[in-house]
Amino acid sequence: MTTTAGPPDAFSTGKTPTFEQSAKRSLADTQLRRNLGKATRTIRAKRAIAVEEMPDWEELREAGRALKERVMRHLDEYLLTLEESVTRAGGTVHWARDAGEANRIIAGIARGHGASEVVKVKSIATDETKLNEHLQREGIEAFETDLAELIIQLAGETSSHILVPAIHKNRAEIRELFMRRLGAEDLSDEPEALTNAARLYLREKFLNAEVGVSGANFAVAETGTVCVVESEGNGRMCTTLPDVLVTLMGIEKVIPSWRDFEVFMQLLPRSSTAERMNPYTSFWTGVSGEAGDGPREFHLVLLDNGRTDVLADEIGRQALNCIRCSACLNVCPVYERTGGHAYNSVYPGPIGAILTPQLVGIGDSGSDSLPYASSLCGACYKVCPVKINIPEVLVHLRGRVVRRKQDRGNLRERLDPENLAMRAAARVFSDRERFEKAQRLARIGQWPLVRGGAIHNLPGRLAGWTEVRELKPLPDRTFREWWKLNRGEG
Amino acid sequence: VRVALFITCFNDTLFPETGISTVRLLERLGVEVDFPAEQTCCGQMHFNTGYQREAVPLVRRFVEIFSPYEAVVAPSGSCVSMVRELYPLAAELAGDGSLATRIEELGPRVYELSEFLVKKLGIENVGAYYPHRVTYHPTCHSLRMLEVGDAPLRLLRAVRGIDLVELPENEECCGFGGTFAVKNADTSAAMLSDKIRHVMDTEAEVCTAGDNSCLMHIGGGLSRGRAGVRTVHLAEILASGDDARGMEERG
Repeated sequence: MTTTAGPPDAFSTGKTPTFEQSAKRSLADTQLRRNLGKATRTIRAKRAIAVEEMPDWEELREAGRALKERVMRHLDEYLLTLEESVTRAGGTVHWARDAGEANRIIAGIARGHGASEVVKVKSIATDETKLNEHLQREGIEAFETDLAELIIQLAGETSSHILVPAIHKNRAEIRELFMRRLGAEDLSDEPEALTNAARLYLREKFLNAEVGVSGANFAVAETGTVCVVESEGNGRMCTTLPDVLVTLMGIEKVIPSWRDFEVFMQLLPRSSTAERMNPYTSFWTGVSGEAGDGPREFHLVLLDNGRTDVLADEIGRQALNCIRCSACLNVCPVYERTGGHAYNSVYPGPIGAILTPQLVGIGDSGSDSLPYASSLCGACYKVCPVKINIPEVLVHLRGRVVRRKQDRGNLRERLDPENLAMRAAARVFSDRERFEKAQRLARIGQWPLVRGGAIHNLPGRLAGWTEVRELKPLPDRTFREWWKLNRGEG
Repeated sequence: VRVALFITCFNDTLFPETGISTVRLLERLGVEVDFPAEQTCCGQMHFNTGYQREAVPLVRRFVEIFSPYEAVVAPSGSCVSMVRELYPLAAELAGDGSLATRIEELGPRVYELSEFLVKKLGIENVGAYYPHRVTYHPTCHSLRMLEVGDAPLRLLRAVRGIDLVELPENEECCGFGGTFAVKNADTSAAMLSDKIRHVMDTEAEVCTAGDNSCLMHIGGGLSRGRAGVRTVHLAEILASGDDARGMEERG
């Protein structure tokens, strides 16, 4: 089996389509709409119940926010402490400026042990750096062991959800895939049968692999303990069976002390899978002794890849507080209809819309479109376990996108009709008389568009509105005209 | 009580009836209404689309015009949430400390109509009569930014003759989102389809809300589909009744 490279995304080289362009395709996929609608509705309802039963949920959220904010304020210190602690426990810490550097470090470690295969725990950071593709180019096969990651790897697709990468697929589609790719015969589409087929295939990989690769949900600065939170037990296998373990971790994942788990281990499971307690939570500190389970050699690769740039933006930096629970995806009305692939990033949904453009930098037409992929309905902010004000950051990033176009954009960007129209409108609104004149002119000017009391077709960029909606024409008088007539001059 | 009416540019231009109803309703309840005619737009469209430099002068204008008033009332949850929730960010981006202070003082005095009636005046029964089957859509900004809670429903429940039916999945966005409906017209349309399906499921003849922007979106879809359901702003329902016209008025 080979690792198939997925379509290019915001983190690969080359231009990606805009959200609008990609969304058009996924919106037309009725099977996808059905699968996603069903899955997000179910998980939404379950989360609401799991949160409802917590009397101190709001205090927990506030504690989570405060902890993460402190980490970001003193990130440099916590990272150095973490390095010290991991080293003391027998591990090796590597610093990677970007994706390329991280991939080279990991491939070097695997090659150094003569490994031709590695087993992987679900890790979005390695998806961000495109580690699997890099390893493949180096002649090393990476095997995803999380069920959903395995599904999309077998299908040659990319993840469409932070927690449930194959959320866009239903059971029947997975059964067909397993029969085709794993040679499973007589397979039913019952979850037990599907998991069993995957288990048979994966067990052999676990037992043979010399190198395991993982991400990290948390790493404790004070003790050097790394933590992976998962639901299937595959993570435990990957972190304990191979002799060598390499963990790739974004620098923002560090937490100050062991005690802080009290907060995060309550917030994360309820927000992500609606569970009171997470099924498999693995902690390891450095290397294991001769008798113990666990790796004989441990490497922690700390990844920047744009994160320090995010940190420099005082409003935008809260995106780094994310603990990857995916609650914002599950409540997002946009995500529910377009699915994750429309975001062209390993970080889809509302959190992806604020994280991706900041990580790759403003100025790319694909990721610049992401802050606009929201109606600003605010549902994401209400469920975020660490209170990231996603709508606020979305609006702030829209501002950065516009200001870059206005100040440093090319001629086409500066002469963009939207830019010109917005500037003209701002001038109209800045003066009462200009505003009243514009109201009268619009009323006169609309006549070519009005047919039978409604506007059925708008021109140019506004045409999207009238594709499925009519527009009410301007009435004969404005409110202020009525006021003047009936209540006197204001 | 004396209040300044913040009509919003959208209602002023497109939905004067909502403004007229708001005035009649407040006057009927003994509130003295003033309309500062210098007002134009709060700057929400500019701000939320990313034209924040262009929005800042509008923010300053708004603060200048409305600061003298003890209370400001608007028939729009969305524009009120701009003032209360996003003006501080505008001042921060503008790096203007004195503007931030003035916003901090003014913000809490700016009310969405239903919260002004229920939370500030303590009135639920406004003496309205509206013999129609009605369903209520809580708009996102009223619900999640202003947290008006069930204030609009309390007001509606007290209306004589009304047949109020609950809208399924009512907390989900209708897909308007300002320029979102144009920039991401396809996604917006997908959201609208579901909202319309839920409205149709109620068999209501009227869909109401506290924001004409969302209602224009829902209403535009309903009317394109010849659904036979109309959208009416909450203020118009609350102002209606046997003696709705109140004071002597011309046109």
